[in-house]
Amino acid sequence: MEKRKFDVAIIGAGGAGMRAALQLSTAGYKVAVLSKVFPTRSHTVAAQGGITAALGNVTEDNWLWHMYDTVKGSDYLGDQDAIEYMCRMGPQVVYEMEHFGLPFSRLENGKIYQRPFGGQSRNFGGDQATRTCAAADRTGHAMLHTLYQRNIQAKTHFFVEFLAIDLVRDAEGRVQGVVALDMEKGEPLLVEARATLLATGGAGRIFQASTNAFINTGDGLGMASRAGIPLEDMEFWQFHPTGVMGAGVLISEGVRGEGGYLVNGAGERFMERYAPHARDLAGRDVVARAIAIEIHEGRGCGPRKDHVLLKLDHIGKDEILDKLPGIREIALKFAHVDPLEAPIPVVPTAHYMMGGIPTRYRGQVVVPARTGPEEAVPGLYAIGECACVSVHGANRLGGNSLLDLLVFGQAAAEHIVEFLKENPTSPPIRKEGPDLALARLARWERREGSERVADVYRDMQGIMQSHCGVFRRAEVLKEGIVKLEEARQRLDRAAIGDHSKVFNTARVEALELENLMEVAFATIRSAAARTESRGAHARDDYPERDDKNWLKHTLAHGDGTIDYKPVRLKPLSVPSFPPKTRTY
Amino acid sequence: MSAIRWRSRRGMLELDIVLAKFLDRHETRLSEDEVKAYLGLLEYPDAELWDIITGKGEPEEAEEALLELIRMN
Repeated sequence: MEKRKFDVAIIGAGGAGMRAALQLSTAGYKVAVLSKVFPTRSHTVAAQGGITAALGNVTEDNWLWHMYDTVKGSDYLGDQDAIEYMCRMGPQVVYEMEHFGLPFSRLENGKIYQRPFGGQSRNFGGDQATRTCAAADRTGHAMLHTLYQRNIQAKTHFFVEFLAIDLVRDAEGRVQGVVALDMEKGEPLLVEARATLLATGGAGRIFQASTNAFINTGDGLGMASRAGIPLEDMEFWQFHPTGVMGAGVLISEGVRGEGGYLVNGAGERFMERYAPHARDLAGRDVVARAIAIEIHEGRGCGPRKDHVLLKLDHIGKDEILDKLPGIREIALKFAHVDPLEAPIPVVPTAHYMMGGIPTRYRGQVVVPARTGPEEAVPGLYAIGECACVSVHGANRLGGNSLLDLLVFGQAAAEHIVEFLKENPTSPPIRKEGPDLALARLARWERREGSERVADVYRDMQGIMQSHCGVFRRAEVLKEGIVKLEEARQRLDRAAIGDHSKVFNTARVEALELENLMEVAFATIRSAAARTESRGAHARDDYPERDDKNWLKHTLAHGDGTIDYKPVRLKPLSVPSFPPKTRTY
Repeated sequence: MSAIRWRSRRGMLELDIVLAKFLDRHETRLSEDEVKAYLGLLEYPDAELWDIITGKGEPEEAEEALLELIRMN
């Protein structure tokens, strides 16, 4: 097997991976970034809305207000030390991106343009704040391109169209790199590194209705789970309130930020009933659940009453085309309506994974050990959507994920620099180090099989959608686990028809499905175990939040067992925000 | 399966859907020149490719016929 040696291996070339890579390459380290698609085609490109930071360019602002909103938005499940760190660092990382050349939209006075987003308040729950910095409706795209150009200048080494297969560890569990599949050659490559950073993004493809691109298959989570690392808080999936009915394609919250609102089958502006103050700009989980209730109780729109309508024509043609230029094309193409004249049919759609690989706020991956619930795994880091740091807790606020990418991309890079200085050498990789990865690759060489990967893929998505969607209940979840177990057994019996080497997409999709299956199991098992409703996790049979029993993080192990660990309620330097009833 | 299938995997779901539909219908019937033009289109960044497909960008002349097929889906 071909072998390459670097100081740091970064898996994933989205905003988080490239932010970390830039810092490490600039500091003079030899950095490999592995990506299964061309870096600027990572899913960060789809982040339309913007990046939240308390710059105070439009309305007076304070990072502490941002912190309060994020803690409250998380339904008090977020770790307050990590949240403080993120909100305090917000302005700094935004100004850094400005200096790197990110073309932010501008206010008339030349300052960075900011727009109001859901869940943002002034003065700890007061009036709406205007906190999300935007480059038109293409902030993620602009960020990704800016970071890629900078990385090229900094001589980051990109391995493009390489799919990471599994981590390489020594006998004590120290991570020493990764085995990846070179898709063009069809051959494995061993990338040896003193530090390995997972930045593989989300796994929204476990659901049938998802806003996620096809590449979001939880590859880093699968690798972590197979390496014995539990996945944290996987029951918490954000359903975006406004996915285009049928297609899943996202209509940005920016539409509601600019004055768009939701109506039900009776033409009623129903969010006034659920969130009298914030209305259509309440937290995403609140809006998604409100839509689900309207549809569930027969007040949906259309002949099947299976969606609601997002109305924006009143905003005015010029404003829509100027402030929300991409929305019209999406509505025309996927909903077949012109939003300048007619409302867009929308439904809650799986959008963001709050859970992930457990980390501390400087990016170190942590697992329960004899010494405590958060022992660092030497040489392993995770950031971005694949990590659970946990700043989003039970529900993420819009605009906080691009912030998460930058803040923890930078924080992890800083910690890795310290780690590399303390660990100038790494022991040689033992002979059996790559075995786990090679066995996975060998498994799909098998030619005999009674099942097709595409069928199992589709059925897994259907099971997750109907058994673990917006509304959850014990018997439905239990049945879902049984069905998912059947699907997993079918995957064991599956084979692919194509055994060619060059760009064998069938093999890649089989490997991706194995990762999704790990994620789906962690999700549904964690959801069945948590008998309360909190943030995005809404149990029909346990409708209340239960702080006495459930103010804790879930840890789902690959073997099916579940552990818990406490929420970090103590911030770094300010007083804690104690749990309160969450109203908007 | 081939490079054009894989490179039609994008960062935006919108493109994933439109390009997958296009390939499902036309992949086996594409001429050598069309494959070349298609690979050229895939080189555009996601946002630009989306603009071109939705008629806002400025594609090369050689790409126009192919774009018509993609837009029809």
